[in-house]
Amino acid sequence: MSQCPRWWRVVECILMKVILRVNGTARQVEVAPGDSLLSVLRDTLDLTGTKYGCGEGQCGACTVVIDGQAIKSCQTKASQTEGRAITTIEGLERNGRLHPLQEAFLKHEAMQCGYCTPGMIMAGVAFLTANPNPTDAAIVAAMDKNKNVCRCGTYPRIVDALKDTAHARI
Amino acid sequence: MHVFDDAWGRGPTRVEEDRYELFEGPRYRFELDRRGFVKTFSAGLLVLLVAKRGSAQESGRGFSGGDRMPSDVGAWLHIAEDGAVTVFTGKTEIGQNIRTSLTQAVAEELGAPIASISLVMADTAKTPYDMGTFGSRTTPTMNAQLRKVAAAARAVLADRAKARGKTLTPSIFGELVKGSPLVATVTNTVAPKPASQWTVAGQAAPKVDGRDFVTGRHRYTTDLTRESMLHAKIVRPPAYGATLVNADTRAAEAMPGVVVVRDGNFLGVAAPTVAAAGAAMEAIKAEWSAGPRASARTLFADLKGNAGPIEAKGGAKNVTAQYTIAYIAHAPLEPRAAVAEWQGDALTVWTGTQRPFGVQQELVDAFHVAADRIRVIVPDTGSAYGGKHTGDAAVEAARIARAAKKPVKLVWTREEEFWWAYFRPAGVIDVSGSVGADGVLTAWQYHNYNSGPSGLSTPYAIANAIEKFHQSESPLRQGSYRGLAATANHFARESHMDDLARAAAMDPLAFRLKNLRNERLAAALNAAASKFGWAARKKSQGVGFGLACGIEKGGYTATCAEVEASNGSVTIRRLAVAFECGAIVNPDGLDNQVSGAVVQGLGGALFEAIEFDGGRLLNGRFSRYRVPRFADVPPIDVVLVNRADLPSAGAGETPIVGVAPAIGNAILDATGVRIRSLPMIPNGLPASTSQV
Repeated sequence: MSQCPRWWRVVECILMKVILRVNGTARQVEVAPGDSLLSVLRDTLDLTGTKYGCGEGQCGACTVVIDGQAIKSCQTKASQTEGRAITTIEGLERNGRLHPLQEAFLKHEAMQCGYCTPGMIMAGVAFLTANPNPTDAAIVAAMDKNKNVCRCGTYPRIVDALKDTAHARI
Repeated sequence: MHVFDDAWGRGPTRVEEDRYELFEGPRYRFELDRRGFVKTFSAGLLVLLVAKRGSAQESGRGFSGGDRMPSDVGAWLHIAEDGAVTVFTGKTEIGQNIRTSLTQAVAEELGAPIASISLVMADTAKTPYDMGTFGSRTTPTMNAQLRKVAAAARAVLADRAKARGKTLTPSIFGELVKGSPLVATVTNTVAPKPASQWTVAGQAAPKVDGRDFVTGRHRYTTDLTRESMLHAKIVRPPAYGATLVNADTRAAEAMPGVVVVRDGNFLGVAAPTVAAAGAAMEAIKAEWSAGPRASARTLFADLKGNAGPIEAKGGAKNVTAQYTIAYIAHAPLEPRAAVAEWQGDALTVWTGTQRPFGVQQELVDAFHVAADRIRVIVPDTGSAYGGKHTGDAAVEAARIARAAKKPVKLVWTREEEFWWAYFRPAGVIDVSGSVGADGVLTAWQYHNYNSGPSGLSTPYAIANAIEKFHQSESPLRQGSYRGLAATANHFARESHMDDLARAAAMDPLAFRLKNLRNERLAAALNAAASKFGWAARKKSQGVGFGLACGIEKGGYTATCAEVEASNGSVTIRRLAVAFECGAIVNPDGLDNQVSGAVVQGLGGALFEAIEFDGGRLLNGRFSRYRVPRFADVPPIDVVLVNRADLPSAGAGETPIVGVAPAIGNAILDATGVRIRSLPMIPNGLPASTSQV
C-alpha cells in the first residue's frame, strides 16, 4: 500500500523488505515494523506448524529456535530477526528423518491434541542442545521457565521424551 | 438482516437434566435460505449400520446415492475397488485419541492392518449424523457400532471369498468388491468379537497420524487458508450483556479492502491481512449500553437465590456444610476458529467443534439456509474439554463471508476465548450427613444449585437420602466441561465423607468400604489404596493423606493424595489414581487420558477461577489465569483395572472427579483445615480456618 490512510498509525503501513533465514533458506518478505515473527511465519510463509496460543509469551506454543535459543515468536518482531538462523518445527526433519526429540515424542506419545507439540519440541531442542545431560528437575525447570503449556496435561510424558532423547545421545 | 437472539437470550428456562450441559442456545440468527447437497458412492462395498431395529434398509442392492442418509444410520464403512478401507463417523478428534482407538476396533473386526484403514470424521457432507463428541460416549457407542459394521463387512467378504474358493486376506479385498456396487446393512443385533478374543484392540497402538503432529504438518482450523481469503475481527462489547447502541464505521469502511458488517448486536470486519483487520477494528467507534454488571462478589448468593436452609434428621453425629464451586475456563490451546466460504447459497465451514451437526444446525438457524446447503468440516482439533459445543466462530465467520463474498477466516484471540466462550458452571452445594456410632451412614441431604446433576447420586448405601439438583440463573454464559457437575458433586460428597469418617472416628478408607455396596467401585478404591500404600502411610509434621472415589459415565475411579503444608502453602507430593472402565481398547491411550484428566483437574482443584466484576472479566489471559504447568505436576501413579468381561465405557472425563476431594482431604489431614470451595488454594492456605 503506497499511501497510508490518515487514521492508520503510520508505522503500521511502512513495509520493509527483509531477508529471513528460515530453516536454512533465505526468504525475502515484506514486513511492517510491528509484525511479529509468528505472523510472518504463519501468514506470509505459510509455516503453520508454529502456533498462536496467547499472544503474550505465556504459553510457549509459538516457540521457535533462533541462533540456538528458544524464542517466543509472538513476542519477537520479524524485522529484528533478519540475518539470524531461525528454525521452526518444519525444519527439524532432515531427508525424511525426524529429529530424535520428534521420535521420542512419538515413542512416548507425548501429546494428545498436539497443538502445543511444536512449541514443546522447539523448546526442548534448544534446551537439550545447551544441556545434553539434564536431570528431571532441570527439564521441568527449563520447560516451566519457557512457559510452555499443555492443556491436555501430558507434561510427564514430555519430560520422559526429553529425558530419553538426552540419554540416547550419551 | 436482523439478529433475533443476542448472546444473552437465555434460551429455555427449564432443560432436560441429561441435556444440561448443552444448555446454551445459539448466539446469533440471520436471514437467508436454500438447500441441496449430494453424497455418492459409485462402486465398491458399502456397509451401513442401522442404529434402530425395524427401520428396514434393503440389503444387497445398488446404492443410488443422491439423497440424504436416513437419520437412523449410525456409521458406515466403504471398501473401494482398490481395496482401500474408509470408515465414516461423525465423531471428532479433539486429542482424546479416538481416531486411533476407533481404527483399532475396525482393524480388529475386519482383519486388516491398522495402516490400511482411514477414518473420515466429522464432516456433515460425508459422515452419518452424530449428536456430538461429549459425555464420554464415543467408546461405548461409536466403537461398538464400528465393530459391528466392520464385522458385517468381514462377513460379506468372507462369503465372496468362499464362493470364489479363495482365502480371505486384506490383499484381495479390492478384487472381491469389484463389479456392481453393493450395499449391506447391519443392525445392532450383529455381535462383534468379545474382548477376550481381541488381538489388535486391547493393545497399545501409537497415534495413527502422530507424525503429522510432531512435524507441524497437521492443519488445524487455525492453519487453513483459501484462495483470496480475508481475515476477520469482531468488535466485542466492553462488558457482558452490553448491547450495541451506535457504531461509526466510516473510517474502517474507507480502508482499502476492508469489509464492515453490522447486523443487530453483531459488528465485524474483514481485510486481506490480520493486521489490516485489526486496524479496521480499532478504527470503529462503537457505543454500547451497559449490561447487568455481573459480579463474582454476589455469585453464590445469586445462584442459591431464596432457597431456605436444609435440615438434617436423625443420626448420632451430624455434619452440615456448604460447598462452593467457581466458574472456570476450558482454555483450549487452539482457540475457537472458523474458515467460512459461500458458493452461491451453499456454505462450507471448517471449524473446531465437538458437534459438527449441531454447528450445522446453528448455521441453518442463523442464515435460514437448508441443512443440505451447509457443510461443516472439523479438522482434528486443538482440544476442547467440553468447551467447543457451540459454533460461535463459525457463525461469525460465515456472516462476514456472506457480506464480503470471499472466504473469511476468524481466529479468536486468547482474550476473546476467555471472554466469549462459556464457562464450567459455578455452583453452591449444601450437604448434611449423619453417621451412627457403628460407622454406618444414617441420613443424607444434598442440594446442588446450578453446577449440574451428573454425579449427584451417592454410591454409598444410605437408607434416608434426599438428593436434588436446583437449576439456577447463571450470571455468566456456562456450558459443558470435562466432568463438569461430577467434579463439583464429588468434591462436596467426598469431602463430606471424610468429615463423617472423622465424626465416626474411622479411617477414611475403612469408612468408605463399610458404606459402599458397589463392588466395582470398592475394587477401584482398593487398587488405588494399594498402589499408593495407604495402609503403610506415615504421618509427619505438615504432611497429610487423603482419598476419594466415585462413579461417573460408566467408569469407576479412586484417587489418593499426599500433600505437604508449610508456611501457608501446599505442595502436592504425589497422587495415585485407579480407573476401571470395562474392557480397555488402547491401554497407552487410556493411561494418557487418565493422567491428563488428573493434571487438568489440578487446575480447578487448586487455583483456577474466573474473576469478574461490573460485568467484566478480570483475568482473561494466561498471565492472569493460572493453568497447570510443568512445575505443578506431582508424580502420578496410574492403575488401569481391565475388565475384559465388561463393555468398554468412555474415559475422557471420569478420572478428573477424585482429584479435588482427595487433595482437600489430604490438606485436612495435614493441617486440620477443611477447605470447602473450588479452587481450594488460589492464594495459598486460607487464613481463616474451618476446623472439623
